[in-house]
Amino acid sequence: MDNLNLLFQAPILSLGLMLDGVLIGAIFALAAFGLALVWGVMGIINVTQGEYVMLGGYVTYVLSKYGMHPLATIPIAAFVLWIVGWVLYRTVVNRIVGRDMFISLLATFGISQVLAQGMNLAFGAAPVTVDAGLGTIFFFDGELTISGIRVVAFALSIVIALSLWMFLRRSRLGQSIRATAQNPRAARILGINVDKVYAHTFALNAAICGAAGALVAMAIIVGPTLGLIYTLRAFLIGILGGLGSVIGSLLAGTGLGAAENLFGFLAGSELQQAFTFLLLVAILVLRNWRLQRQRKYLR
Amino acid sequence: MSSTPRWLYVVLLAVGVFAPVLLPQIASQLAFLWIMVVFALAWDIMGGRMGYNSFGNILFFGIGCYALAVFQRDLNWGGYWVALPIGLVFAGILASLAAVFFGVGMLGLREKYFAVGTLGLGVAAGEIAASWDYIGAGGGLSTTLMPVAGNANVYWAYIAFATAVVTFFALKRLYVGRIGLALGAIRDDEDKAEAMGLPTTRVKTLAWAVSAFPLGVAGGIVGNMQGFIDPRDIAFAGPTYGTWMILMAILGGRGTLWGPVLGAFVFQITKELFWVYLAEWQRIALGVLIVAIVVFFPRGILGWARERWPQRFGVRVVETPA
Repeated sequence: MDNLNLLFQAPILSLGLMLDGVLIGAIFALAAFGLALVWGVMGIINVTQGEYVMLGGYVTYVLSKYGMHPLATIPIAAFVLWIVGWVLYRTVVNRIVGRDMFISLLATFGISQVLAQGMNLAFGAAPVTVDAGLGTIFFFDGELTISGIRVVAFALSIVIALSLWMFLRRSRLGQSIRATAQNPRAARILGINVDKVYAHTFALNAAICGAAGALVAMAIIVGPTLGLIYTLRAFLIGILGGLGSVIGSLLAGTGLGAAENLFGFLAGSELQQAFTFLLLVAILVLRNWRLQRQRKYLR
Repeated sequence: MSSTPRWLYVVLLAVGVFAPVLLPQIASQLAFLWIMVVFALAWDIMGGRMGYNSFGNILFFGIGCYALAVFQRDLNWGGYWVALPIGLVFAGILASLAAVFFGVGMLGLREKYFAVGTLGLGVAAGEIAASWDYIGAGGGLSTTLMPVAGNANVYWAYIAFATAVVTFFALKRLYVGRIGLALGAIRDDEDKAEAMGLPTTRVKTLAWAVSAFPLGVAGGIVGNMQGFIDPRDIAFAGPTYGTWMILMAILGGRGTLWGPVLGAFVFQITKELFWVYLAEWQRIALGVLIVAIVVFFPRGILGWARERWPQRFGVRVVETPA
């Protein structure tokens, strides 16, 4: 509890912790948005989100090793993951669309195992990070430090989220994606190639996660087994912020980031992940309890 | 499943009794085979019979691992051989209590929310265990070694076999009774079952507690057999044991009694072969196997066989004129 007193005595420290969390939380929101997209359009809960993020991070890691500037690798990471998503759709996911939720859950879980173990073999188990060379920004005579890359990552996350939102609103493909989400059968009757829309949706989600992963590689760390927490975070953010809502996801994501950081400071960083997982469980259970009073349950 | 041929019991009994003595070099694999049977049977209570797909049953396994190890370390009544059975039962009871405790909130969740919630619970338990000093934190916990000369795995193979046998017959009895019917009713339509006056919450909690008990015992056995408990790689190993138990039940055929047993046999043999021939690619191959089974073979071996030869399973096929 000493740390709790410290938080009140040093408001700048707590501000720094929260700000740090907020900046990172925007990246989490990206993966959550992709999860909601695939869930809403295809009815599939993709538990591969975290592994996509990690894979995107490794793309940045490898390319920056060959001398590219890490920030320039973001579109490449997104593109590589787009291809990964497309291939996965064509080989596996197109066979599970419209089937039992359990099947899609377990199938994507299997894919995530394959990706995680593949990354483990290819890059080793130790987490890696990429230095974007943006330095650190100091405030209040150095009492408050914020790494430059996290500010950039925050801004980029918001830009990506907003452009995605614009894409879904305005573009022809975005409109057919939304039409398919509303009613796949009607969309098919109106001449939309639903299979193609699914493929694009699934690949688009992977691309978003890839971009998020590139940011994660610069702002935090990536490792082959660190994916699962991003998946569960995405789920948590989606449930907190409303599935598919850009603003809601961003708010929930940044809030989660801040809460995680504060909790990690209070209870020790080794419990930080447990906090996130238990928060997910607690929120699910509490929301369900509220519904159960009206004889309903989370759907 | 009208009747099981008697020779099957005889063969399995023979394998369980004679194999560890005849082939002591694979005693540890044999013990794991029976553990896998327990895994699959226990998972199938929830996943197959009741339609609640838990991704976090590894939680109970891990609790069992630590429960037995701590029991032996801190209490160890009457020396190793007395403390072991007491500790194993203690591990099972503790796991069941955990199921009752978490069941209060978790079992209200349905379908995907239950799946994701239990997934989170399982990983959270690993993280908490990895930071709790009393049970060795991230460094793991060494367990008491069996005080026997020679190959302790032979003994473990018998203990695991006994656990599997008890689990199998207990479930066989359970499924033919009222509880079995209640589980089926909840799987088919929970709202309707509740409207008919079935105390669904109580039945669900009971089912989870029943499936937790053998998992806790299995956890105690594995933790002791390995001699060392790592919080993330052994006790709360969601990506390995936690996933395998689901996979085996599906592979054999969900919601059948022999399905999980068959699935466990096929899976364990496949896994060992993968390990021999693929080495570090084993995990990847297992992931591919998960995807392949789930996508192409979701009914499992027995489910497929039942569809192919319904008469053999005691299903009367009535041809209706079109």
